[in-house]
Amino acid sequence: MNAWANIRTIMKRELAGYFTSPIAYVFLVIFLLLTGFFTFTIGNFFERGEASLVSFFTWHPWLYLFLVPAAGMRLWSEERRLGTMELLLTMPVTTWQAIVGKFLASWLFLALALLLTFPVAITVNYFGDPDNGVIFAGYVGSLMLAGSYLAVSCMTSALTRNQVISFILSVMICLFLILAGYSPVTDLLTRYASPVVVEVIAAFSVMTHFEGFQRGVLDTRDVVFFGSVIGFMLFVTGVIIRNQRAG
Amino acid sequence: MINVEHLVKAFGPKLAVNDVSFSVERGEVLGFLGPNGAGKSTTMRMVTGYYPPTSGRITIGGHDMVEDPIAAKRLIGYLPENAPGYADMTVNGFLNFCAELRGLQGDARKRAVHRAVELCFLENVLYQSIDTLSKGYKHRTCLAQSLIHDPEVLILDEPTDGLDPNQKHEVRGLIKRLGESKVVIFSTHILEEVEAACSRVIIIDRGRIVASGTPAELKARSPEGKLDEVFRAITLPDTVKHEPNHEVHA
Repeated sequence: MNAWANIRTIMKRELAGYFTSPIAYVFLVIFLLLTGFFTFTIGNFFERGEASLVSFFTWHPWLYLFLVPAAGMRLWSEERRLGTMELLLTMPVTTWQAIVGKFLASWLFLALALLLTFPVAITVNYFGDPDNGVIFAGYVGSLMLAGSYLAVSCMTSALTRNQVISFILSVMICLFLILAGYSPVTDLLTRYASPVVVEVIAAFSVMTHFEGFQRGVLDTRDVVFFGSVIGFMLFVTGVIIRNQRAG
Repeated sequence: MINVEHLVKAFGPKLAVNDVSFSVERGEVLGFLGPNGAGKSTTMRMVTGYYPPTSGRITIGGHDMVEDPIAAKRLIGYLPENAPGYADMTVNGFLNFCAELRGLQGDARKRAVHRAVELCFLENVLYQSIDTLSKGYKHRTCLAQSLIHDPEVLILDEPTDGLDPNQKHEVRGLIKRLGESKVVIFSTHILEEVEAACSRVIIIDRGRIVASGTPAELKARSPEGKLDEVFRAITLPDTVKHEPNHEVHA
C-alpha cells in the first residue's frame, strides 16, 4: 500500500503543476476549440445527417499528435532541468513509482480534457438517436490512444532536458505509430526489409486498433495493444532514467 | 552508521571517484573538502543512492544502498548541489510534498513542516512560489526539505553556497548542533567552514582521498598551522595538466 501512497503523492503534485501554471488552461481551451472546429466545420457534423460522433473521433489521432506531446514533454525534462530529479529519486520511492505517478497525472489531465467535450455527445443526443454504446467505446478508444501517445512523450522527455527536442521526438514517434500501417509507408519499407518485418511494423499502427473502438467494438486485442504500448514505453522510460545515472 | 568501501564511479573512461573508503559514526560531522570537480558531489550522489556505484559497497545503518535502497534512503536527508526545488510550487506545498513522500501523514506531517520551517527561518516566504525566492531562501527551503523527517543521516552538498555571511553562520551552527546527535556529511570548498563545523575532514582530489583526520591534525601538517597551506600542498589546481591515468570527470 506504501507504493500506492507514493504514486498518489507524486500524481497529486504533478496534476497540481498543470493548474498552477497557464499550461492547463491554454491546453484545455485550444483542445476544445480544435475539436469543435474539426468536428463541425471540417467534419461536416450537421451535413452528414447521421446520429454518430464519427466526425468527432476521426480527428483524434491527428489532433493528439501535437497536443499530447505538448502536455507530456515536460514530465521528465523539466525534472532534469531543475535538478529536482535528484531530489525525487533520493527519496524513499522507486523509479517506477515516480514514472507511474507522473504518467497517471498527465493521463488524468488528458481525460479531463476529453471529458469536457461532453457537449458534443449532448448535441448528437439532442438532434438524433445515436447508439450511446458506440459513443462510449469511442471515448474509451480515444483515452487509450491519448495514453499511448503520452507514454511515448514520457519516454522522449526522459531522454533530454530540452523540452523542444522532447516534443519533436515524441511527435515523430507518434507519427510513426499512425503511419506504420499506412500503405505508402509499408510499400516503401518492403523495398528494404523482409515482408515479415514490414508486417510486424504495420501491426504497431494505432489507426487499425483505434478504428475498432470507433465502430463500437471493445475488442480485448485492441485494449491489450494500447496497454502494451503504454507498458513498453514506460518500461523504456525506466531504462533510460536508470542508464543516465549509471553513467 | 555510514560505511563506504572501495567506492568507484566511472563515466565512460573517466574515473570520477577512484577507490574511496570511509566510515562515519553517530555524533560525527564529516567535512568533504576538495577543489571543484574533485569528486565530492559524485561521492555524495552515490551515498544517497542517486548514482549507482561502478563498484564498491555503501551501507547506511546496516542497509546496503544497492540491495535495499528504500530502507537506506529512509534514513537519509539530502541537500543536493544547487538546492533544486519545483519552481511552480509554494514553499509550503513543496515541504508538504516532501513530507508526504517521507511517509508523514496528517498531524505528524503538519508538525514536521512546522519544525523544518522554524529551523530554517522560512515563515516569511511560506506561501511564495519557489521560483520567486532569493538564492538564500531557495537554499534554505531545500535544506528544510532534508530535515523534514528528522533523519539520522544528513548529507549536505555545499550547504552554505550562495548564503550571506549571517546565513552562513546560522547554517554552520545548525550543522554543528545536528551533528551532536546525528551523522552529518557535508561538502565545501571553504576552509574556515571546516574548522568551524567539522569533527573530521576528508580531502578529495581527482577522485581519491588524499588526506583525512581532525582539522587540528591536518593543520599540524603545515609549519604555520594553516589549513589552506595544507590544502594547497596536497591538491592540484585544475589548471595543471594531469596525467592520463588521473583523468577526472568535472
